[in-house]
Amino acid sequence: MPEHMWRARGALAVTAAGALVAATACSPGSTQAGGSGDLAGVELLVAAKWTGVEQENFTEVLAGFEEETGATVTYESTGEDTGAYLGPKIEAGEPPDVAILPQPGLVAEYAAQDALVPLSGDAAAALEENYTDYWRELGSVDGEPYGVLVKAAHKSIVWYRPDAFQQAGVNPPETWDDLTGTTAATLSDAGITPFSMCGASGWTLTDWFENVYLSQAGPEKYDQLVAHEIPWTDDSVVQTLETLAEVWGEGDWMAGGTQGAVQTDFPTCVSKVYGQEQAAMVYEADFVAASAQEAGATVGETAKAFPFPAVGEQPPVVVGGDIAVAMTETEGVQRLMAYLASPEAQTTWAGLGGYLSANSQVQADAYPDEFTQTLAQTILEAGDDVRYDLSDQVPSQFGATEGKGMWAVLQDFLRDPSDPEAAAEKLEQAASNAE
Amino acid sequence: MKAADTDAPAPAAQAGGPATGRGRLGPPPWLALFFLLPALLFLGIYVVYPILFSVYRSLWDAPGTEFVGLDNYARMFTRADTFIALRNNVIWIAVAPAVVTVAGLIFAVLTERIRWATAFKIVVFMPMAISFLASGVIFRLVYEQDPERGLANAVITTVQDTVAPTGAYPDANPREGVPLEETAGGGYRLTEPVAPGDAVAIPLVGVSAEEVPGDAENAAPPQQEQGAVTGTVWVDFTRGGGGREGTIDPTEKGLPALRVEAVRDGEAVATATTGADGAFTLTGLEGGDYTLRLAASNFSEPYNGLTWLGPTLITPSIIAAYLWVWAGFAMVLIAAGLSAIPREALEAARVDGATEWQVFRRVTVPLLSPVLMVVFVTLMIYVLKIFDLVFVIAPGSVRADANVLALEMWQVSFGINDQGLGSALAVFLLLLVVPAMIFQIRRFRREES
Repeated sequence: MPEHMWRARGALAVTAAGALVAATACSPGSTQAGGSGDLAGVELLVAAKWTGVEQENFTEVLAGFEEETGATVTYESTGEDTGAYLGPKIEAGEPPDVAILPQPGLVAEYAAQDALVPLSGDAAAALEENYTDYWRELGSVDGEPYGVLVKAAHKSIVWYRPDAFQQAGVNPPETWDDLTGTTAATLSDAGITPFSMCGASGWTLTDWFENVYLSQAGPEKYDQLVAHEIPWTDDSVVQTLETLAEVWGEGDWMAGGTQGAVQTDFPTCVSKVYGQEQAAMVYEADFVAASAQEAGATVGETAKAFPFPAVGEQPPVVVGGDIAVAMTETEGVQRLMAYLASPEAQTTWAGLGGYLSANSQVQADAYPDEFTQTLAQTILEAGDDVRYDLSDQVPSQFGATEGKGMWAVLQDFLRDPSDPEAAAEKLEQAASNAE
Repeated sequence: MKAADTDAPAPAAQAGGPATGRGRLGPPPWLALFFLLPALLFLGIYVVYPILFSVYRSLWDAPGTEFVGLDNYARMFTRADTFIALRNNVIWIAVAPAVVTVAGLIFAVLTERIRWATAFKIVVFMPMAISFLASGVIFRLVYEQDPERGLANAVITTVQDTVAPTGAYPDANPREGVPLEETAGGGYRLTEPVAPGDAVAIPLVGVSAEEVPGDAENAAPPQQEQGAVTGTVWVDFTRGGGGREGTIDPTEKGLPALRVEAVRDGEAVATATTGADGAFTLTGLEGGDYTLRLAASNFSEPYNGLTWLGPTLITPSIIAAYLWVWAGFAMVLIAAGLSAIPREALEAARVDGATEWQVFRRVTVPLLSPVLMVVFVTLMIYVLKIFDLVFVIAPGSVRADANVLALEMWQVSFGINDQGLGSALAVFLLLLVVPAMIFQIRRFRREES
């Protein structure tokens, strides 16, 4: 899935600085692993989609476990499509001991196939201690805890070009009305196109929707919509689509007009802001940092981000992320899961950079730079109101397939936002078909 | 990919043909079987088994745990997605093979007559040497909307710009609350009439810093003048903020080289062009009321070309890319057929007084028809299985509009992990290809005998 691909690449560049730390810290410690400890001689296999710097950082975290217990942990990369990697392995009865899944949907899918081992003992206790109810439930199926959200991505920030804001004399907006009424309108008056849209990548549009919906309709409705307890034709959905149309309906506000907006895919829309300087703002998650750097901007100076403005009473905090699950009953697997869920492991990870934690025990000062600290802070502060990416929780046929379901409906809506009711109707149809 | 399996029954059937029925004179049957064994084994593993397994798998549900009979087929034919894909496949099959065959024929006939035939053929055949994926990437760029990046739109807009040039300030629009309204052609006019002796200030916004010419000076308030309409057109936006709306603030620039017209009874009776500070003077006016108009030519939008990758043009665009790739293949086969045509037939027709067109139409094409048929049917088979070009060229936002069966099959099988439905689609695709295969095999048989 492209989203995860870019999320992965995002973290890759954010960790440019962290890489140095990893490289220097890596060499001496890890060699003595496998010696003493109560799990000496145990071999464990962990699979995740990370490669490059992200992989190095993760193996660094695993090395801590090796030192502590004497077990040997091997890391294997699944490639971009974790589902396609694990499917045959499960069928053949040779799954990795621990897998890190990019979607909660997969947790439920594998649990239904009896491919997962529920958390028990230390691991269950660690989950209980360190995570809020919401995250625990996210990794649970029918009340049985299976997964731990080990790595998060912050999806509620809007990236902007400070010099464009300066030229137009505007400040980052606090509310949606400020965003449309003042910020975007003034930028447009100044002859600067306010937004660069990534419409060809459908998942970016679902992220827009999720933020507006969470803020406007509130977390309870959000959960009901995820579970499809309320239909997509609900007033709240129509209202969110109407709100989105305040931006999506303004062809002049988007780089390349409506046509350009629908045809621009994810990393290209970022370079339109930071490379070609055709627009002032682009909405996407923290991993935009990587693409912004590729386009020649410096994160924190020429590329900044403000929190997604509040549409209703509270600004939204939408988070995506990767969930670790145990797949075998090998000795030490539960210990490893407990370790991954622990604040110690995640604090080490945070220090390496390119990482955000959803663990409530990981302190903000664990992060190496101010920007990540602020992001982590907003997740911690939002507490029980944080929500996981909606499109990754619904069946992938509806929420995460190119040219289908939510992606396609929202792309059509971006192309012509005149009829929110009809769009809601189509969303409901697609959602029902996917069940 | 399961679709690739579908062209395999041809060799299988051929291999089976001559092996039987020659019993007595040939070697004993067991020896024949022995020699055929490697081929049969190979075909069995890589062709027969996958086909049979696809059929079998299509009768099971998504995880493959429950037997569902023909449910997947029922589901397949009730999904809107299948029908869009099928519709596009029909468009493809109706257009692509015919267009490619005709293009190949034209190239083949024409290259017979030019001196640089070989060079020309190499150039036309070259795209065949490029992988489909790479061709797709090339055309994705060619069709890019932005004329700065997309070749197709660059060509179109260059032609268009020479015919109708872009205005100096395409994005400019009146400051909200100013008594200006848009005219039919895209210009703006004052809602209140003006008379000689009036001085008007016209604020515009939406002009970026780069659009304001370098020689623009700070705007000055308009001065009244006897017997003339005077005024100032300026950018009512202070860079960095802090400007007052509708007022000429100290650093706000005038808009130079803007055409202003005084209109009476629908006709422009006087025109003026603004100076570096945005000031204009309309002279030679008699008394009475005029409408003041900012000419539409100031604001004409740049022509952005066609939306090649939009929902309406996407399939024709991809077919054009397909033509580029396959024209060479058709040309080479047809040229080979052409060189095998007896020259006497053509000469005889010419001696009998036929025109070149008649020779082509009545002699060349009929003699070529077996080759044309082979090319056409081969292309049909390939077109039914089209996958890569659609996959690469269509952006996500039009993937649903460009979808074809092979792509749908892949997406269903590995995107949403429903290999039951995916196998059903694969079987359906196989059934669509089979008639073309049978036709092709029959032809080969007839030619052999």
